[in-house]
Amino acid sequence: MEDLDSRASGALADIDKTDTLEALDALRVSLLGKNGTVTAALKALGTLSPEERKTRGAEVNRLKERLNDALTVRKQTLEQAELDRRLASEKLDISMPGRDGERGGIHPITRALERIAAIFSRLGYQRADGPEIEDDWHNFEALNFPPHHPARAMHDTFYFGDGRLLRTHTSPVQIRSMKGRQPPIRVIAPGKVYRSDSDQTHSPMFHQIEGLLVDETSSFADLKGTLAEFIRAFFERDFEMRFRPSYFPFTEPSAEVDIRWDAEDGSARWLEVLGCGMVHPNVLKNCGIDPERYTGFAFGLGVERFAMLRYGVSDLRAFFENDLRFLKQFA
Amino acid sequence: MKFSENWLRELVEIKADRAALAHALTMAGLEVEELTPLGESLGGVVVAEIVGAEKHPEADRLQVCKVNTGSGELLQIVCGAPNARVGIRVPLATVGANLPGGIAIKAAKLRGVESFGMLCSAKELGVDSDASGLLELPADAPIGKSLADYLGLPDASIELKLTPNRPDCLGLVGLAHDVAALFGSAVKVPLQAAAPVTAAARRGIRLEAGADAPRYLGRIIEGIDPAARTPLWLAERLRRAGLRPISAVVDVTNYVMLELGQPLHAFDNDRLEGDIVVRHARDGETLKLLDGSEAKLDTGFLVIADDKKGLAIAGVMGGYDSRVTDATHNIFLESAHFAPAAIMGRARKLGMHTDASHRFERGVDPELPRRALERATELLLAISGGNAGPVLVAENLSDLPKPAAVPLRRARLKRVLGVDVADAEVARIFTALGMQVETVAEGWRITAPSSRFDIELEEDLVEEVARIYGYDRIPTHTPDGALALATEPEARLNELSVREQLAARGYYEAVNLAFVSQALLEKWGLGDKLVPLANPLSADLAVMRPSLLPGLIEALSHNRARQQERVRLFELGRVFAEGNPPVETPSLAIVACGSARAEQWGEAVRPLDFFDLKGDLDALIAWGGEPQRWSVHADGLPGWLHPGRGARVARDGETVGYLGALHPQLAKALDLGPDVHVLELALEPLLGRRLPKAQPVPRFPAVRRDIAVDVPEQVSWSQIEHSVRGSLGGALAELRLFDRYSGKGVEAGRKSLAMGLILQDASRTLTDDDADRCVRNAVAALEASCEAKLRG
Repeated sequence: MEDLDSRASGALADIDKTDTLEALDALRVSLLGKNGTVTAALKALGTLSPEERKTRGAEVNRLKERLNDALTVRKQTLEQAELDRRLASEKLDISMPGRDGERGGIHPITRALERIAAIFSRLGYQRADGPEIEDDWHNFEALNFPPHHPARAMHDTFYFGDGRLLRTHTSPVQIRSMKGRQPPIRVIAPGKVYRSDSDQTHSPMFHQIEGLLVDETSSFADLKGTLAEFIRAFFERDFEMRFRPSYFPFTEPSAEVDIRWDAEDGSARWLEVLGCGMVHPNVLKNCGIDPERYTGFAFGLGVERFAMLRYGVSDLRAFFENDLRFLKQFA
Repeated sequence: MKFSENWLRELVEIKADRAALAHALTMAGLEVEELTPLGESLGGVVVAEIVGAEKHPEADRLQVCKVNTGSGELLQIVCGAPNARVGIRVPLATVGANLPGGIAIKAAKLRGVESFGMLCSAKELGVDSDASGLLELPADAPIGKSLADYLGLPDASIELKLTPNRPDCLGLVGLAHDVAALFGSAVKVPLQAAAPVTAAARRGIRLEAGADAPRYLGRIIEGIDPAARTPLWLAERLRRAGLRPISAVVDVTNYVMLELGQPLHAFDNDRLEGDIVVRHARDGETLKLLDGSEAKLDTGFLVIADDKKGLAIAGVMGGYDSRVTDATHNIFLESAHFAPAAIMGRARKLGMHTDASHRFERGVDPELPRRALERATELLLAISGGNAGPVLVAENLSDLPKPAAVPLRRARLKRVLGVDVADAEVARIFTALGMQVETVAEGWRITAPSSRFDIELEEDLVEEVARIYGYDRIPTHTPDGALALATEPEARLNELSVREQLAARGYYEAVNLAFVSQALLEKWGLGDKLVPLANPLSADLAVMRPSLLPGLIEALSHNRARQQERVRLFELGRVFAEGNPPVETPSLAIVACGSARAEQWGEAVRPLDFFDLKGDLDALIAWGGEPQRWSVHADGLPGWLHPGRGARVARDGETVGYLGALHPQLAKALDLGPDVHVLELALEPLLGRRLPKAQPVPRFPAVRRDIAVDVPEQVSWSQIEHSVRGSLGGALAELRLFDRYSGKGVEAGRKSLAMGLILQDASRTLTDDDADRCVRNAVAALEASCEAKLRG
């Protein structure tokens, strides 16, 4: 008996001392394997008397169970230690940059333009466009500019040899959108326009967005409401706004829209941001729409002006220099 | 239109201060562009006479003046002005005065000599920009009088940015009518009597230009004093309107133009021969103008001539030879009406712009000529003396514009403005604007004064009501009309999604001007079928771009020159080609240089190559969901592409663009390295998108077999792909190229390609035998069509 007990405590101590999984497995084999000491003790039971075999058998089986338990516990401990070691060695410097994360960006003019177009698209305005090389009829005459009219002098126009011209505004798209179509019409026409003028505050090419609504009920009050909503939606804030009478041959009454802009130095000034008005009856007639039945309003805005205000760009020319150090600011 | 505020206030009562007046004008569509206060803080500045002037003992440029201010005691003033001299009357800022520039006048010693005040220039007083010397006042300026009182200060110079439809406000009297309507007050223009006729001189006038010149008035004034000086009050009003006083005759004509809006012209009567003739110019007729230039005319111009020669371009500018000089004693004064259409654009055609043409091409009141002629006569006789002859009139009444009543319906007014304006208010507005109002059942019938050229339609009247009623009083409302919801086709991508994809792939969007230089295009070999501008700003901006690439590559170079080694740019815009009308094609271009990926710790730096750009193309194509419609071809490349590293891109067999490395010669000419790669595509094909039609997901697993073959170098991957697909048909779900190798172990002139065949059947799981048979078929096809050898 002492023999078995002492052997048991010796084996348990051996298990606790084992510090690798391989050694532990070897120990398990030497104790419980086919030729292990415990297995041998079990085999030896056959030589005993039935009573002895019963008591002795129970003792050996208890021993086997204890050893098994101890081996399992030790195995788990060693496995955990092994995992801890591995994890400790696998630590990354997660502050290093990720792979292939660099991205480009969209031009601020596009960004402002898309923002504006999206606002009007939510109001049911459909996008439209027309050619950049226009004829005199669409750019001027159909818009109620008679030949040689002084209002034309306000548009410094680029011409081609055949009398065609680069559109000076997106308003010709009004004509193209109304012609051959009947109201209700809600159209937004973003695009490039051209004026032969180039200095610090004028680019010979710039971007405008034209808006047009024609239906049976629209009024100047609707125009005011629409533009007030738009300005609020674009800048995400309220502005003091004013509609100032002005003159465009293709709208009447016409207005220019100013917003009260707070400069960084704390001063405030009126900034002109939009031109607009009720579509002139002559323009409706030119497009085959009955001005008695339908009224409409139109507005036009300079995208660069909105982008400058929205993003704090102070030099118009920066938009067309394509310097990455500028473009990256809008990514 | 620039004018003196005090002058306007003399013509109409304005119950508002300066700021409120400016605001009211702006809000009535007469935008105040600039407002310059004049003669603020002139307290302590008086009219003084220099009665003694001696050289300063210590300073060459200074004089010690004795000045009389009427106080009985002469003041000693040290003065540095070059025109300081005995006998002139000038402004004196006395001790205690605070001048506009913040100069406080104190008794002081200048180089040891005491000075009790300062003699002033116009600039120092803030009344003008002239700083050349003391402001010399007329010899009758009352000594000791406050200068502000004497000059009618303080005042302000107000500049309006008038729109072309309001020529009636190009004269102060017309403007006064608008102001009267705004403030509910009345215009105070005194009725004018005809000047006494004391001479008999006449000259015939013949109108030969029909409706272009329906009314011409003139008169001869004899014996004027050419040396007569323009009185201060008149000179000051001109000055505050931005005009320099020149001579009494010119100043008077300018003054009447500012006051009434009618341009006048004075000829030297002794230079005229026979009748005045108003006619169209003859083709090629030339005329030397007042400014010394020689104008070459055609039949589109109106001229004023006499029996022998042309004298002036009607409504634009007078002629040099018949001008009034300081030796002119007898003048012929012209006051005429020309139809706007006969003057429009004429000055511009000559590269000129004059006060007269500005007014006539917008429209001058046809009823003004007589009134303006009488007013000018009155002023001239008072200033320069002389005897006026009778008013000479030639007119074709039938060609003059006739006043017509325009109806305005109450309902229309409400519908267009979206607000109810009370009937009484409508009537008040029109009456105040000088219009005749007739009330009818549906509203009103309005007749505008002859000065208004912008009242023809009902809408013109609606605008007048809105303008005077006030835009700010019109409510805001959101449209509630019918909404025709726009349907966006799903089978079409929008341009923004293309932009976003490219941005996600590392590209920045650029925006270039749409015009480029012809010279740059020639470097690219793109000099044909161009669309050149007739009036470009410069040679660099002379031609509409036929491709986005030249400009985009310039932007790339711009960035490279600024320490940006790795540049990725794209642009969407139209390209232009000759045609009738010219062809505009929305396009997309990409340019790239520098390493394939941004420098990174975990990956070796690899130079950009063709396949990086092709990957971008593949990604763009994939977005449309129909890659099978696209193909690339090695033939038919433009000259600007590297012949071996470029590709033509086609969709449904039709060429839509190109990609690849720039041709080395072009790269060299543009000072660029071999790493620059580009892509340009017509945008429209890229926006096509497949509307998905769902298929059942395969229920049986796929089998993969890898093979490696070696083939001659010139056999393309697309040939191999075609061959394998052809041999396997529907069993081949996917073919992947996973390796390309040439060199050791592969015969020279050949290459090894390794590919994975993903095999699948929709009805069953493929067996090993099935897969083996597929491989055998594929290899057999490759051997037959591509000279392929299966590698071990």
